[in-house]
Amino acid sequence: MSNLKNLTGPLSSNNPVIVQILGICSALAVTVKMEPAFVMGLSVMVVTAFSNLVMSLLRNGIPSRIRIIVQLVVIAALVIIVDQFLKAFVYDVSKQLSVYVGLIITNCIIMGRVEAYALGNKPWDSFLDGIGNGLGYAAILLIVAFFRELFGSGTLFNVRIIPESWYIANGGFYSNVGIMLFPPMALIIVGVIIWVHRSFNKDLQEK
Amino acid sequence: MGLRKIVDNVKPTFSEGGKLGFLASFFDAIETFLFVPNTTTKKGAHIRDCNDLKRTMTMVILALLPAFLFGCFNTGIQVGLEGFAALIYGLVRVLPMVAVSYIVGLGIEIVYAQIRKEEVAEGYLVTGLLIPMIMPVSTPLWMVALGVAFSVIFGKEVFGGTGMNIFNPALVARAFVFFAFTPQMSGEKVWFSDWKMMGAADATTGATALEQLATKGEMQWSVMDAFLGFIPGSFGETSTLCILLGGAFLLYTGVASWRTMLSVFVGGLATGYLFQALGVTDFPAYYHLLVGGFAFGAVFMATDPVTSAQTNLGKYIVGFMTGALAVMVRVVNPAYPEGMMLAILFMNALAPTVDYFVVEANVNRRKNRVKTVK
Repeated sequence: MSNLKNLTGPLSSNNPVIVQILGICSALAVTVKMEPAFVMGLSVMVVTAFSNLVMSLLRNGIPSRIRIIVQLVVIAALVIIVDQFLKAFVYDVSKQLSVYVGLIITNCIIMGRVEAYALGNKPWDSFLDGIGNGLGYAAILLIVAFFRELFGSGTLFNVRIIPESWYIANGGFYSNVGIMLFPPMALIIVGVIIWVHRSFNKDLQEK
Repeated sequence: MGLRKIVDNVKPTFSEGGKLGFLASFFDAIETFLFVPNTTTKKGAHIRDCNDLKRTMTMVILALLPAFLFGCFNTGIQVGLEGFAALIYGLVRVLPMVAVSYIVGLGIEIVYAQIRKEEVAEGYLVTGLLIPMIMPVSTPLWMVALGVAFSVIFGKEVFGGTGMNIFNPALVARAFVFFAFTPQMSGEKVWFSDWKMMGAADATTGATALEQLATKGEMQWSVMDAFLGFIPGSFGETSTLCILLGGAFLLYTGVASWRTMLSVFVGGLATGYLFQALGVTDFPAYYHLLVGGFAFGAVFMATDPVTSAQTNLGKYIVGFMTGALAVMVRVVNPAYPEGMMLAILFMNALAPTVDYFVVEANVNRRKNRVKTVK
């Protein structure tokens, strides 16, 4: 099964966020809570998978000088479908994500995978590659959001983890780490994930 | 020399190949702390003086002592105690913070030194004392610990350790705690110790001089009180007099750069008078030098030889801009009554760029000189 590598590779050794350093902007913007991060990860996965599939099907019929504009039309159409879907079924999360759903169009991972993989490979392989990269992206988003929500708000998926009675306001000793809610801290967490990841994968370390 | 014998006896155990060889850096750090090392440079170094990092750091610690002791005294004064009792109260209140700072900070430094197989650098001695001095006395100890851990790992070790850091580690710790736990680092309550012992008044609250100036344009204390330091504020920063004593000592021993120190004060004053002339503020510009962390930052933080500019002209520029920026944040930005921390951190980031342009200008000047000679 050589196809399986398309799916598992982007999870770790070729992860789009922490190895290729793509899609950082949205990883900082939507990871304050787990729930929006989860929905965002899922949306990006759907868009990457289907844009890869469609572009792979069209790859032999598009002249190379207009391929970017065709890619944009395909990706934009998919993003609008996802956006409408979110508005219809999970309106609250869609509100929280606000412009970032629309900005999936500009997410470098999607265009990157289409350019680098889908235009030169068969549809099924490209589809799996899209799913794999979407999963790799979602995994990093969830790890970042886990730390940001747990320490920044004391909850996970909006379920309270750190008891109310621990807080200073209620006579305890604890206080939320407010800096976790700011994007700079998300960048530092992404940095730490890269640090840990590379110390386990020595072949990724730059000389 | 009983101690020397004990150290020599256990030395083989801690050396390379010994039973506890993995603790070699830790042992070396303790030994260097107890005795002056007897190793000498073997290659041709150009020695002018036997000044080393340890002595520099010791000088800064000595310079910090007046402000530290006065800070303890003032902590007691602010909760209504007097005389010797105030000093004891302050010491009891503050020493746990200092202990936490040193234990956490040195602990992380030692672990890193072991991993990298380096010696434990002395850099943390000063940082560890600076961190409690720039925090409110009522900061919970676990927040101090978290700030110290963040600053040592992300402010210093990720850049390569002592001497490699871009930002002043003590200010990184304060910035982290400030943005992470804003309610515990600003407002009216935090500047007074909440420990009720030795007859301290309970639940004292009140805005700092800086906040009063920012909101009302005047403060309830006299200029003399502000200069001597009998005002609420972060524990080590209130007394401009004690800070200047420390600063004079640093300048006398040549540890800190007078160029940076002077230009920070000049920059702050100039900007203060400019805003006063424009009618933005009502109070005299020299107030800025007396209240808040301006003097402390100018003397002990902006002069940090690692993070400040390296060229002489660069020191003037960076210093001036630090002072100007600090006053500008204080006057123009209502969200931050204190601008010194942000100003120094910002100029830390810009210092290498300033140095680069100073060096480039010098290169170009010399090139032109060659041209005219030809």
